[in-house]
Amino acid sequence: MASMAKTAGDEPVFYLKDEHDHAEGGSTMLGFWIYLMSDCLIFAMLFAAYGVLGGNYAAGPAPKDLFDLSLVALNTTMLLLSSITYGFAMLAMNRDRVAATQAWLAVTGLFGLAFLSIELYEFHHMIAEGATPQRSAFLSSFFTLVGTHGLHVTSGIVWMVTLMVQVARKGLIPANRRRLMCLSLFWHFLDIIWIGVFTFVYLMGMLR
Amino acid sequence: MSAHDHADHDHDGHAHAETTGHGSLKGYLTGFVLSVILTAVPFWLVMTGAIDNKQATAFVIMALAGVQIVVHMIFFLHMTPSSEGGWSMLALIFTIVVLVIVLSGSLWVMYHLNVNMMPSMQHMREMP
Repeated sequence: MASMAKTAGDEPVFYLKDEHDHAEGGSTMLGFWIYLMSDCLIFAMLFAAYGVLGGNYAAGPAPKDLFDLSLVALNTTMLLLSSITYGFAMLAMNRDRVAATQAWLAVTGLFGLAFLSIELYEFHHMIAEGATPQRSAFLSSFFTLVGTHGLHVTSGIVWMVTLMVQVARKGLIPANRRRLMCLSLFWHFLDIIWIGVFTFVYLMGMLR
Repeated sequence: MSAHDHADHDHDGHAHAETTGHGSLKGYLTGFVLSVILTAVPFWLVMTGAIDNKQATAFVIMALAGVQIVVHMIFFLHMTPSSEGGWSMLALIFTIVVLVIVLSGSLWVMYHLNVNMMPSMQHMREMP
């Protein structure tokens, strides 16, 4: 904070010679939030691409021929449940309960895996029917958008396992708490992106 | 919040404490119940075709998605105008502005491009 601090000689100083120390990790949460916002812009681009190309079927299958809404509903349930269980992990962390934190993280990871498995099953099913990303612009943009979200969930699960190992080895030290809070933001953020995906891609696709 | 005392060192009168809220059990459960309702209703609307008009259905499910995003922001991400000294909210507002420009701009421009570049049968007949 290089405000105009007056020195003894009454000369204005516009910078600080010595940077005062900041608490370790004091700016992590804001920095991670700004990362999430930039990630949000990546998804905005992909949503825009899908919005523009989503109607170009190239005489191929349309959303109505491909999507199974009950499967998507199940998938959405998995992600929603994983959000609340991550919340429970954070509550356990706040009460310094290592075992409960780990257990809730494991449950969250399992829900995440269930989500991914259902999504991969859906992709496999579509590709087996000939609805590959190369088939039409609609399918290219669909696979890019939903696939990017799936990749984010995958990296979230890898991160979760990493943190579970960290917590098992070092306990709920301040650094681990900070990391768990970052992952919490990341995980809930992915759920928010999924709201956009199931509304704009799946539900609106069925209405077309 | 005793877990937070470690971060509350005060330097020159400004604290670099982690200010992201933690939420409570009640908060998480409220958010969960609300988001279950806000997810189930649009799925129900589309799967049963409860509203005859497709445009009206689309409008309703978009509105519900908007509400659900706000619910997640408040109850799961614990966004408040004052978190991180207001900088989180500022970054969020900036992102939303860019997001609206990107989405509406792309859709608007590409829609008109499609309409204007693809000659309709009427135009084809008038062509020399």
